[in-house]
Amino acid sequence: MSGMIVIGASAGGVQALLTLLPALPAQFPRPILIVLHVPPDRDHGLVTLFRARCAMHVCEAEDKQAPVPGTIYFAPANYHLLVESGGSMALSADDPVNHSRPSIDLLFETAADAMRSRLIAVLLTGANADGAMGLRAVARAGGTAIVEDPDTAQVRAMPAAGLALCPDAVRLVINTIAPYLLRLA
Amino acid sequence: MIDEVAPSDIDDIEIELLLEALYRRYHYDFRHYARASIKRRLIQARGRLGVASFSALQEQLLRDPAMLAKLLNYLTVQVSEMFRDPSYFRALRERVIPHLRTYPSLKVWVAGCSNGEEVYSLSILFREEGLDQRTLFYATDINPKALKAAEAGVYQLDQIRKFTENHQKSGARTSLSDYYVADYDRAIFDSSLRANVVFSDHSLATDSAFAEMHLISCRNVLIYFDRDLQERAVGLFEESLVRRGFLGLGHKESLRFSDHVAGFANFSREEKIYQRRER
Repeated sequence: MSGMIVIGASAGGVQALLTLLPALPAQFPRPILIVLHVPPDRDHGLVTLFRARCAMHVCEAEDKQAPVPGTIYFAPANYHLLVESGGSMALSADDPVNHSRPSIDLLFETAADAMRSRLIAVLLTGANADGAMGLRAVARAGGTAIVEDPDTAQVRAMPAAGLALCPDAVRLVINTIAPYLLRLA
Repeated sequence: MIDEVAPSDIDDIEIELLLEALYRRYHYDFRHYARASIKRRLIQARGRLGVASFSALQEQLLRDPAMLAKLLNYLTVQVSEMFRDPSYFRALRERVIPHLRTYPSLKVWVAGCSNGEEVYSLSILFREEGLDQRTLFYATDINPKALKAAEAGVYQLDQIRKFTENHQKSGARTSLSDYYVADYDRAIFDSSLRANVVFSDHSLATDSAFAEMHLISCRNVLIYFDRDLQERAVGLFEESLVRRGFLGLGHKESLRFSDHVAGFANFSREEKIYQRRER
């Protein structure tokens, strides 16, 4: 696999992703794995919501499956999503991390470990600090770290925490992230 | 010239050696567990046990059996709830129990029972459905500490609200409070719930089938295994189940890609309940 994109978002995340994801073409050359914090007890319906609006294929991440280019994978509700060293996806029902399951840190850290410089991580709007440690791990492993500009994010806490731990991350306004990813791809 | 190696690659080598040592010294086999989760748990253990590296941990492990117990608690740590995923228990109650009623005696295996939440849930459900007197439950795990906790049946009182809510959603015929007494911050479950439960050490990685089962519940265990170990475990289940016996997996687990898929029929696609085919 040539590379992978991971995205983490919390409060305000649906809106942010509705700006970002539909702007990517069906043939986008990398798979995109997403952790979006949602209440644990219900089926989050994100696949249906985004499938209707995206050119890329949208589905729920499945344990032991290899992600393929042109596809967006959402972590299922109440499971962590991890990346194995060969690049395949793995689920876990371990304890919540930072009160979250799925946890953005876990996705970012395992993906950084597996993909190194071939990883691009994007941390979006949110009201907690999940993802900040993960973003730092991505940068340390030689990957590209991108943070939504906290000044224009719907909720600034999460991107601000990301920038605090990873000051060299690329800081972008939400509607410029898709064009930026297209240039990198 | 020797290549630069990332610290994480060295970790990977050390982890592989550590798991090999754990197996050869104590016969606990984690070599075919999904590696990303194991690595994360070992990183936690390394931090909290205050060792500098996985190699240092390995050295202590080889010489000090007390380290084994400590390490197992990281490697097998499992959180659960009573009646977790209530729709699964509702499906058992409404769709599987009618089949089980036709047998004069029943055996049920909770494989990977951890602290026992699921076996107490099933014990309550079978009592509510009037099958408890003819059912023998096997609750197995590889962690002796978890088995002990399961046998004790004591849970934190602050979990009870969630357990009760789950129980109600499962189609409860009784109140969960009928089955425990509160003692300070703990809920102690009635010992009659485990009168027909055999708690036993059993590894899906190294042990064999041990009895003929009518229902096997093994949820959120297979996701921690690699493909080879998943195949081994599902093979054990197939071997253990009576014809037309039932296998319940976690919501995100499936036999779809298993070599054993032909041995099972989809009984409830939604709830990941399978039924062993007649041969």
